[in-house]
Amino acid sequence: MTSEALLQVTGLGKRFGGFVALESVELAVHEGERVGLIGPNGSGKSTLVNCMCGTLRNEMGSVRFAGHALDGLSAHERTRLGLARSFQLPRPFNTLSLAENLRVPLLYAVNARHGETLGTRALEQRCADLLQTVGLADKARQLPRDLTQIEMRKLELARAMAAAPRLLIADEAMAGLSHGEVDDILSLLIRLNEQGVTVILIEHIMRAVMHFSQRLVVLVAGRKIADGTPADVVRDPDVVRAYLGE
Amino acid sequence: MSGAKFVLALLIASAAVFGVAWWIGNAYVFFAGYVVLQYIALATAWNILGGYTGYVNFGTAAFFALGAYTTVVLHKLTSLPLPVMMPIGGIVAGIVGLGTGYLTLRLRGAFFSIATLALAVVAQTLITNWDFVGGSRGAYIVRPATAPLLGIDYVQYLFLVMQGLVVIVLATARAIERSRLGYGFATIRDDEVAAEASGVPTLRLKLLATTLSGAFMGMAGAPLPYYVTYLDPTSSFSLAYAVNGVAMPLVGGTSSWLGPVIGAVLLGTLQQVATVTISSALNLLIVGLMLVGFVIVAPNGILGLLRFRGGRVRT
Amino acid sequence: MEMSLDLLGNAVVSGLLLGGFYAAVTIGVSISFGMLDIVNIAHPAFIILGSYIAYIANTMLGIDPIVAAVIALPAFYLLGAAVYQVYFVAFERRGEEALRGLAFFFGLLFITEVTLVLVFGVDYRLVEAPYIGPSLHLGPVDLPLRLLVPCLVALVMLGALQLFMSRTFLGRAILAVAQDQLALRLMGANPTRIKRIAFALSIATTSLAGAVLIVIQPVEPSIGRDYIGRVFAICVLGGMGSFAGTLIAAIALGIVESLTATFYGPSWAPAVAFGFLLITLAVRPAGILGR
Repeated sequence: MTSEALLQVTGLGKRFGGFVALESVELAVHEGERVGLIGPNGSGKSTLVNCMCGTLRNEMGSVRFAGHALDGLSAHERTRLGLARSFQLPRPFNTLSLAENLRVPLLYAVNARHGETLGTRALEQRCADLLQTVGLADKARQLPRDLTQIEMRKLELARAMAAAPRLLIADEAMAGLSHGEVDDILSLLIRLNEQGVTVILIEHIMRAVMHFSQRLVVLVAGRKIADGTPADVVRDPDVVRAYLGE
Repeated sequence: MSGAKFVLALLIASAAVFGVAWWIGNAYVFFAGYVVLQYIALATAWNILGGYTGYVNFGTAAFFALGAYTTVVLHKLTSLPLPVMMPIGGIVAGIVGLGTGYLTLRLRGAFFSIATLALAVVAQTLITNWDFVGGSRGAYIVRPATAPLLGIDYVQYLFLVMQGLVVIVLATARAIERSRLGYGFATIRDDEVAAEASGVPTLRLKLLATTLSGAFMGMAGAPLPYYVTYLDPTSSFSLAYAVNGVAMPLVGGTSSWLGPVIGAVLLGTLQQVATVTISSALNLLIVGLMLVGFVIVAPNGILGLLRFRGGRVRT
Repeated sequence: MEMSLDLLGNAVVSGLLLGGFYAAVTIGVSISFGMLDIVNIAHPAFIILGSYIAYIANTMLGIDPIVAAVIALPAFYLLGAAVYQVYFVAFERRGEEALRGLAFFFGLLFITEVTLVLVFGVDYRLVEAPYIGPSLHLGPVDLPLRLLVPCLVALVMLGALQLFMSRTFLGRAILAVAQDQLALRLMGANPTRIKRIAFALSIATTSLAGAVLIVIQPVEPSIGRDYIGRVFAICVLGGMGSFAGTLIAAIALGIVESLTATFYGPSWAPAVAFGFLLITLAVRPAGILGR
């Protein structure tokens, strides 16, 4: 068994002008893990995701995924390697139907990988299956502007899943969902994990995070202040002070 | 309808149009028709980049004129037939498109658009200072009386050649729309960041669109020297090409290959009529007003209006 | 040897003065594009409009062009406010500024040029003023007043705008809206109103810039297009919204253009601006992508 983590973030730093968004962030995620990432608003969680996935360039540190160094790789190359993410604020393709939205990652991420080209029929089937999984099957031909906010979040998640990733980062996919809907997404992600997909869950809904995570990472003001089992982390006085106790 | 059937349909339509023009017998029909066909090619070429990917090219005139001046150079140095000169003009324009794109497409779309505006001015400056192609005094090209091999009047030949280009450009545009590439272009237009995250190689696709669009514009410009017989920078870089290149797709509708055709036929015919009846500056003003009007009131162009009224414009 | 040093010195000085003028021409774009993120490529068209208004006032009423421009300021301000309102309602609010907003401004640029051609024809127009013609002589260097006066006017305008931006509430609100619209809204100010005022200001500057342009050189309708590349090159090079940066970049461009014109001929001037633009865009980090 290889000891190298699937995702290895080393000394990551990111500045916006004079503002330090991330400083010396270290993170190792192993294949098959379920990691939770929590922290107050503005702590840099989304910036960290953006740097890992290539939407932003980090000035310092490095990211390795599946044995590849990601420095200099564009976002689409990283997605093709198997690192996918959903966006905190949904970013659907507004002129494409829901099914077509899911088709894009299938065409460009999945079909771009060696030996994995899906034919038209297989593509359509996958789109339908994915929409079924998130409960949007009846809206396959509709446009994103006809969706509710919650449905857009589900589409966002489905689109990330469509890229058939090895590691999926779900960025606040559950915000605004009802109790039952949170459970739906949660079981969806757990099932995904059972199929072999590593998942990083970024959330504010503590009940979901605690239930889901095997390991919990806490980010405050651009720094990692805790990294361990959920039970240990929530008792950590630094974490309580900075995020939990209010 | 499959791609091959579409091409067949276009060829049949072109033959029919040519037949009708021949039957009418008036040379003016071919002269005016050439201009409309030219605009169909230009508008469709513009739309491949502007409508499909959302990147606005204001320098249509530059790519168009590059094709025209490539023909001038080739005409002076060689005796290549027109159908060979056209792809060469396309290659020259395509390379310039690629270069401009390479320098600016990593940035916001606005910078690309500004660069194309500046490109038009600079290209005009370079050509104006290049004596080999006549500089500011212009170049005279002798138009042969009849076409090689076919024996028909040369203007009719130009009309035929332009029809051929239109078939190629329309077929390409439609093929892109229905393909994997078309999806890629659409995602660039809708949300480039999300496109990248979904695995779309946005820079590569943008460069492809820019090069293809520029090349087609160059090919549309290649026969121009034979059409006008006197080519000078002022008229070949005319503002008319810049505004028509943008107005025709936006008025017709950018979402499909049919939109630029509608826009080009409508505005092209309008201008041909207006140039004869009123001044050419005034007719350009009308185009400008239509552009602004449509963009504000009917952003999806005529195609959008038709769909809204319940008409099923199946493309 | 001494002759060409003189030539060099004069070219540099001319370039400096020209640069001051370029800063006046660009300052409006520093506001509309640098701060408000509105790609107003029609900016040069408003400048040419300003030139023609100064021309009419000068030839028909005998008023000094710069004085005429100051009188016309309020009209240009209102025009700017109206244009912004249309832009906001039709494009910004619908999120369609990328393609259609750009096409809108291009349409305005085009319509303005063609209308001017229809009304005034393509002949060059010029104004008469006591400072067009004479030059100050400082040793080997000539300071043509027709360059000096516009440069001074430009500096005054820049200074006034800088004071406005940093000292008044409205000015600081404009700087704030450039950085964080949400925060501004939370503070009770209406970002749309602030942006409209700022855009109107940017168009108001074109009144003066246009008058100053026709002092420096004769004007005809298509000249606006030469300025698009210059204006955006300076804005980007100057740091997108920094007034000091705009001035420095403008002077740099002015000097390089002047040297090119002196030693290679004036027809290459547009190429200089384009070169500046391309180099700036190529060297600037990819952080420009998205906001």
